[in-house]
Amino acid sequence: MNRSTFVKRFAAILAKEFVQMRRDRLTFAMMIGVPIMQLILFGYAINQDPRALPAAVVAAEATAFSRSLVASLEHSGYFRIDPTAYTAAQAREKLARGELMFIVTIPSDFTRTLERGERPALLVEADATDPGATGGALAAVVQAANTALAHDLTGPLARLASGPDPFEVRVHRLYNPEGVTQYNIVPGLIGLILTMTMVMMTSLAMTRERERGTFENLLAMPVRPMEVMFGKIVPYIFVGLVQVSVIIVVGRYLFGVPLVGSLTMLSGILVIFIAANLTIGFTFSTIAKNQLQAMQMTFFFFLPSILLSGFMFPFRGMPGWAQAIGEIFPLTHFLRIVRGVMLKGSTWAEVQPEVWPLLAFMGVAMIVAMARYRRTLD
Amino acid sequence: MNADLRADPAITVRGLNKSFGALHAVRDVSIEVRRGQICGFLGPNGSGKTTTIRLLCGLLTPDSGEGHCLGFDILRESAAIKREVGYMTQRFSFYEDLSIRENLRFVARMYGVPRPSRVVNETLERLGLTKRQKQLAGTLSGGWKQRMALAACILHQPQLLLLDEPTAGVDPKARREFWDQIHQLAGEGLTVLVSTHYMDEAERCNTIAYLDTGRLLAFGSVGDIIRTSGLTTWHVDAPDPIALAADLRRQAGIAMVAAFGSTLHVSGPDSVALSTALAPYRRDSSLRWTESHPGLEDAFIALMERNRATGAVAA
Repeated sequence: MNRSTFVKRFAAILAKEFVQMRRDRLTFAMMIGVPIMQLILFGYAINQDPRALPAAVVAAEATAFSRSLVASLEHSGYFRIDPTAYTAAQAREKLARGELMFIVTIPSDFTRTLERGERPALLVEADATDPGATGGALAAVVQAANTALAHDLTGPLARLASGPDPFEVRVHRLYNPEGVTQYNIVPGLIGLILTMTMVMMTSLAMTRERERGTFENLLAMPVRPMEVMFGKIVPYIFVGLVQVSVIIVVGRYLFGVPLVGSLTMLSGILVIFIAANLTIGFTFSTIAKNQLQAMQMTFFFFLPSILLSGFMFPFRGMPGWAQAIGEIFPLTHFLRIVRGVMLKGSTWAEVQPEVWPLLAFMGVAMIVAMARYRRTLD
Repeated sequence: MNADLRADPAITVRGLNKSFGALHAVRDVSIEVRRGQICGFLGPNGSGKTTTIRLLCGLLTPDSGEGHCLGFDILRESAAIKREVGYMTQRFSFYEDLSIRENLRFVARMYGVPRPSRVVNETLERLGLTKRQKQLAGTLSGGWKQRMALAACILHQPQLLLLDEPTAGVDPKARREFWDQIHQLAGEGLTVLVSTHYMDEAERCNTIAYLDTGRLLAFGSVGDIIRTSGLTTWHVDAPDPIALAADLRRQAGIAMVAAFGSTLHVSGPDSVALSTALAPYRRDSSLRWTESHPGLEDAFIALMERNRATGAVAA
C-alpha cells in the first residue's frame, strides 16, 4: 500500500462522513445540546452538599429561644424553615410525604428545664432515606442550636454557657436509621431502569416499522392509531414488571432493602409509571425519522430525568427553577412514591398527590402522540 | 366508451393532482376501471405510478381531484376503501422476523377476518405456501416473498387489488405463475390494478394506463395504445446493424431506431415521411426490409418522447 492512495481513500471517507453528519441535523444538535445541558445542570442545579433543605420548628410556645433557633438554623444555610406553625402530627405527615426533611422539636418545658440546669433534649427528626442529603445538615444543627443559645444565655443564665453543653440534641434518623445508602439507591434504581428501558423500547416502535418498510403496509390496513399505540405499549408493561420484580428481590436478599408498604399498591402505581414512560417513548417514535434519532431523543429525556429527579442528587437541595423542571419528569414523582412505599410504608393518602402528575404526563404524551401519528404517507 | 363501462366501475377518479414540494408527481389523472378487469400501469421510473396507486387506497391525500373507489369516496371514505382493497407495496413490507403463517395470521386479524386460522390455511394452500408456512419471511427468496405478499393481499377477500411492481426482480417462471394467479383472481370478479415495466405483462392486461411525468398519456387496450402512438414501423435485417442504426437516426422522418439482435425496428410518426427517408436504404441489397406493426414498447417510447418535447415547449 502506498502512502498517497492511503491519503486519498482516507480523505474520501472523511468527506463522506462530514456530508452525512451535515445531513443529520438532529444528531448535530445533540452534539451541541448535550454538553450545554450537562454543564448547566451540573454547574447550577446540582449540589453535592445540599443546602436550603425544607425544615420546620415545632415549638409548643413561641419563646425567645425558639425564635433565635429558627434564625440561626436559617443562618447556617442548610435549612429553609417553613414559617407555618405545625403541630407535631402535621409536621410528621409532611415529613412522610417528603415535603419536609427535618423537624426540630422544642419541648414545652425547654426553657424552664434549661434554667434549672437539667440538660433538656432538643429533638431533631430527619428523613434519612437519602443519607447523603441529611449528613451535612445534621452536623449543622448542633452548631446552630449552640449559637442560638449563646445569644440568649445572658444575665443570670450566663453561667450555663461556660459548663458542658447545657442541653442535648437528640437526632432521630427516620426510615433509614443506619444510614444505608442502598436503601435509597435500590428503590431509585427501579425508577431509573424503567425510565431508560421503557422509553427506549417504545421509541423504536414506529421508527422500526418505518425503517423496515412495514409501516406502509400497516397504514394500508384498516387500523386506528389508538389501536396501534396500545398494542405497542401493553406488552412492555409486562417486561417492566418483570424488571421490577428482579430488582426488588435482589435488593431484598443482597442488600436487605425493606418493603415496608403495600406491594399491591406499589404494583398498581408501577403500571402507571411504566405506561407513562412507554407513552413518552411512543411519542418520540412518532416524531423521530429513524431509530438513531429515537435513541437520541430517549437519551435527551433520560439525562435530565436522572439529574433533576432526585435520583443522583437530593431534589430539595436544587435551586427552585431546577426543582420546577424536575417536577415535569415522571421519575421525580415515582422516586418519592417508591421510596415512600418501600422505606416509609406510605399509604395511598400519602402517595396519591404524586400519582396525578404521572397520569397527567401520560395524558399529555398520548395527546401529542395521537396528533403526531400519521395516518397517511403525505 | 360504452354503457357497460359506466355501470358501477371499480375505480372512477377525475382530475387527481398530487405534489411533493416542487415535484408535481401526479397531474390531472382521470381513470375508470370496470370490475373484474386487469388494468396495467406503465411508465418510466418516477412517472407517478406509485403515487397514483397510493392516492387510490388512501395512503396519500390528493391536492385536488375527486372520485370513487369501489363506490366509496376517495377523499372521505378511505377507511372503508382500506377494508376492501388488497395493496401490495413495491418493497416487501411484511415482518421478516415472523414466519409466513404468523404474518398471514396477523393480517387476517387486522382485517377482522372471521375464523382467521381457516382462512390462512386456505390461502396458504391456494398459493402453494403450505409447506413453507413455518419459514421466516426474511429468509424467503424474491419469488416466494412476492407469493407471500400476494397471499396477504387476498386473505381478506378484497374487491380490488393494487399491486405495485409485484414482479420486479422475480424470475420468469415465478412471474408466469404470478400472472396466472392474477388472471384467476380477475376471473373470480376481482379488479386488479398492477404497475409493471414488463411489456409481456402489459400485454396480459385488459386495459393499460401509460403515465409519464405525472400525466396520463394513454389509456385503453394494447391496440388502442399502439393506435394512439400513430407510429409506423419497419423491421430491417442488417449485416452491420450498429452502423446502420447510427446512420438512420440522423435521417429526418425517423423517430426511433431500436436494435433487437441483428434486426432494427425503425419507426416514425408519419408513414409518408418515414417511407421517403427509408427509400434510399431500401435499394441496398444487403438489407432485408419488412413492413411491420409497432410494438407496445415502441408506442410507449414515442408517447414519452412526444410528451417530453411538448412539456419542454410548454415550460
